[in-house]
Amino acid sequence: MQAFAYASPTTLKEALALLADRWGVADILAGGTDLLNLLKDHIHTPQRVINIKGIKELGGIRKTDSGLRIGALVTVSELLASPEVRAEYPALIQAAEGIKSVQIRNMGTIGGDLCQRPHCWYFRQGFGLLAMKDGRSLVREGDNRYHAIFGNQGPACFVSASSFGPPLVALNARVKLVSAKGERELPVEKFFVTPQSESEREIALRPDEILTEILVPPAANVRNATYEVRQRETLDWPLVTASVALTMKGTAVASARVVLGHVAPTPWRATEAEKVLAGKGLSAAVIQKAAEAAVTGATPLSRNAYKVQLVRAAVRRALEAARPKA
Amino acid sequence: MPDYSWPAPEKRRVIGRRTNRIDGFVKASGRAKYAYDIKRPGMLYAAVVVCPYAHARIRSIDTSAAEKMKGVAAVHVFDGSAPGTEVLWAGWEIAAVAAETEELARDAARAVKVEYEVLPHFVNEADLSKAKAAGRVKPAGEKVTGDPDQAFKEADVVSEGVYGCPVICHLTWEAHGQVIEWKGDQIEYWPTTQAVSSIGNELAKALGVPPANVHVMQDHMGVGYGSKFSPDRWGIACAKLSKQTGRPVKLFLPRDVEQMIAGNRPSHYARIRLAAKKDGTIIGWESESWSTGGMTGGGAPPIPYVFTNIPNQRLNHTAVQVNAAPQRAWRAPNHPQASYLTCCAMDDLAHKLGMDPLELFKKNADYTARPDVYRWQLDKAAELIGWKKLWHPRGDKTPGPIKRGLGIGVGTWGGAGHLSNCRCNIYPDGTVEVELGSQDLGTGTRTVIAMVAAETLGLPVGAIRVKIGDNRYPFSGTSGGSTTVGGVSSSTRKATMNALEKLFERVAPKLGVKPEELEAVNGQIQVKGDPKKAMAWKAACKLLGTEKISEMGQNDPKNPMGLTTGGVGGVQMADVSVDTETGIIRINRLVVVQDCGLVINPKTAESQCYGAAHLSICAALYEERIMDDITGRMLNPDIEFYKVAGNPDIGEIIVHLDIRPEHDKRGVIGLGEPPVIPGIAAIANAVTNAIGVRVPYVPMTPDRVLAALERRSA
Repeated sequence: MQAFAYASPTTLKEALALLADRWGVADILAGGTDLLNLLKDHIHTPQRVINIKGIKELGGIRKTDSGLRIGALVTVSELLASPEVRAEYPALIQAAEGIKSVQIRNMGTIGGDLCQRPHCWYFRQGFGLLAMKDGRSLVREGDNRYHAIFGNQGPACFVSASSFGPPLVALNARVKLVSAKGERELPVEKFFVTPQSESEREIALRPDEILTEILVPPAANVRNATYEVRQRETLDWPLVTASVALTMKGTAVASARVVLGHVAPTPWRATEAEKVLAGKGLSAAVIQKAAEAAVTGATPLSRNAYKVQLVRAAVRRALEAARPKA
Repeated sequence: MPDYSWPAPEKRRVIGRRTNRIDGFVKASGRAKYAYDIKRPGMLYAAVVVCPYAHARIRSIDTSAAEKMKGVAAVHVFDGSAPGTEVLWAGWEIAAVAAETEELARDAARAVKVEYEVLPHFVNEADLSKAKAAGRVKPAGEKVTGDPDQAFKEADVVSEGVYGCPVICHLTWEAHGQVIEWKGDQIEYWPTTQAVSSIGNELAKALGVPPANVHVMQDHMGVGYGSKFSPDRWGIACAKLSKQTGRPVKLFLPRDVEQMIAGNRPSHYARIRLAAKKDGTIIGWESESWSTGGMTGGGAPPIPYVFTNIPNQRLNHTAVQVNAAPQRAWRAPNHPQASYLTCCAMDDLAHKLGMDPLELFKKNADYTARPDVYRWQLDKAAELIGWKKLWHPRGDKTPGPIKRGLGIGVGTWGGAGHLSNCRCNIYPDGTVEVELGSQDLGTGTRTVIAMVAAETLGLPVGAIRVKIGDNRYPFSGTSGGSTTVGGVSSSTRKATMNALEKLFERVAPKLGVKPEELEAVNGQIQVKGDPKKAMAWKAACKLLGTEKISEMGQNDPKNPMGLTTGGVGGVQMADVSVDTETGIIRINRLVVVQDCGLVINPKTAESQCYGAAHLSICAALYEERIMDDITGRMLNPDIEFYKVAGNPDIGEIIVHLDIRPEHDKRGVIGLGEPPVIPGIAAIANAVTNAIGVRVPYVPMTPDRVLAALERRSA
């Protein structure tokens, strides 16, 4: 890795003062499970690395009237151990359980999960986020078995690697982003963006901001679940995930949010599936119809059409998991 | 001359007992030192510069910026990488930099400026027509035996299929590399190698120094799978950097370079046709196969495999050149692929005949070298997996998305002991040392040596000091071809018996008998069959005064005297479940039935089978070197997308060592390779049995499984 200056501030204010107003100058170190790889592979070559693990206010899970406030530094293990999360948010627990490495669970943070860079193999080999070479898209013309089947009509064909993105979007969660100038809140759905040029990032975080907190609305009446299709039971990237959050009215779905992971540059709302579910009971036929509707508009690349079928399976299984037990 | 033959089964006290590894504790506690752990005073760290292009000409190499960096001690341009050189694969070593720290070395490596003229490349061989169009094929010529045309005319049934397995990497958990300290005319060399006794000679030759001046040391190593016999270009570079700087140098390959150049197993693809009679008797074989092992192409797979005597064969093989580093021996070279091709073709034939494949394999067992062994092993494996109860014709008809199936694979191997010399020292205080220039690849060789010595000398295993991993010990062969256990157990048996004979000569007069009337049992030297007329081991050794006994023993492969032999068979059966909605395969059970002669340590022998089964599962479901057509690079030179099975992915592995008396009496036979052969075929056939359609290529990833299911529905 390239040599860098290292800071380990203990307050958010100090940390924010060390950030820059453009990408590439400073990187934030939390669990380090992604950043260290990026540094070692020279994908990131920052001048400064700012360790935020010592900032106490970024940790902890608190239940409030407006929902759950999850500090950005909360680790996957802490999330799994949280009774509050377990009580209302099985979609988050199931996503956490999909991270099969104990070491990553212990080190990796929820904020880091949302901010991690894509794992597109062309990007990680230094061909850039959009992986263009001599005017050709390496992804489109090359090996795209793990790439996007939705939202891939622009130059970006990678998939968002975030485990918690899909359930948080389904649960209509928000993130708090703080800079030296002030703070703002964004729906997680708006936090993920599809870059249109090589200079853009895949998240709406600005280079001078730190993601401090995630706010998840109460979900007592929201049946939610995540289903991951992973080839291996050991640590492995999911091929496709589906997170669903169903606001219930009696035994019927009042409104639904169906969000797919690992299929697009962002967590992907399957709005056609949501429409199918709204106002209906969760019969096998409705679930089947929603699973089918979830693949509406898919535009697979040369080698990843199999993911279309995986979306059907994942959505069906997530809905079955979310369905109230008879 | 003593009678070296192995004690009769009922007389064995140590051999044949499940024995823990004698180095288990140091390994489990992290105290075992591997080459990577060696840290010499003043040691420099080296990093390599490799070519990122699959095909290029080196225009210029400018090391000046790197040389000027603070902390950089030396920059070495690899022999064979001078400007003008045509580079034939990505990962080709260009230069190595030695610096005060690993980080500085890596930074300096990036500062070496290399200019290339990029040339056209070709990296994927799966589509033979593309390889032909690219002019990258070398047909090996047709091989015909009998009259295949007539056989196919006379056949009641002809089946045909295309099958393939890609190039996979060795992925040795301990990367390739070494520490070298070149002082004056002496070279201290800590490699990670399968060849302790010979690798130093090879390094000496490359460096032009006397072989006697190279001292090789290796206590432990983290597997080689056939890729760690030579010092390699990086070993030579490491030595030259040490000479240049006058300091010890450590050079290990990073994982990505390791994956690109430090070992791969050739692919094998084939279109196979089988001709058979209605009763299942195979009467003809035709195959067109192709493979690559890098720029040299790939050799023909040994097909038909095991059923070698199938009459009326027509074989065509084409070697395909790709811009990738050369193949290396991979645990049973070419056998797993040949087993896969042959057993899948036979399974497809059984389906076409409407026959149970178990019956088809047994029916044609006369085409194998050991028909009775295979029939017995097929029945044994069938019994263990519950074939009668669980097997069904192709396509599990039970409701629901999860389909279960069973499949068969077979294998064969040699495994006779290599040339091995052993010295046994007995000291006046009773200490026993056995010294061999051998190596323990993690297989349990050390423990086997201790057990043989303990058996022979009538001592507990813990009383034996095993000294291996040093080329100053007597020459012992390389660990390749499953030859180690036969070699070292025989040489150890002979050396310890020769030493014991000398001890008997000292003890006999004291007990008033002739030396040949003595035996060593239960920690004492006693008159045969009379434990009361005895002398304790320590007291006996005390008779040596100030001398020590030092006796040699040799396993001569040309005359192994019945202690070791070669030629084994194995049958594996897999039980899998396939999720037909996701294409994901889970291994329920893998049954391993294997003969391997006389088994010294059943525990480590079974471990070999477990490890081998694990690798078969990796190759059947996960492993694949993925090459990018446009950039010519390997896309997964890592363990993130180069996938291998973790513990939750391997299901239950059931090992049955076939140690019937007729195998036991053949002596010791190696087991490193045989159990890695049949698994891929067994799993592939089980998947086919479950879902009712052949997934033609391994690894059987969800995309391939779903594509096969789609073809079935179409």
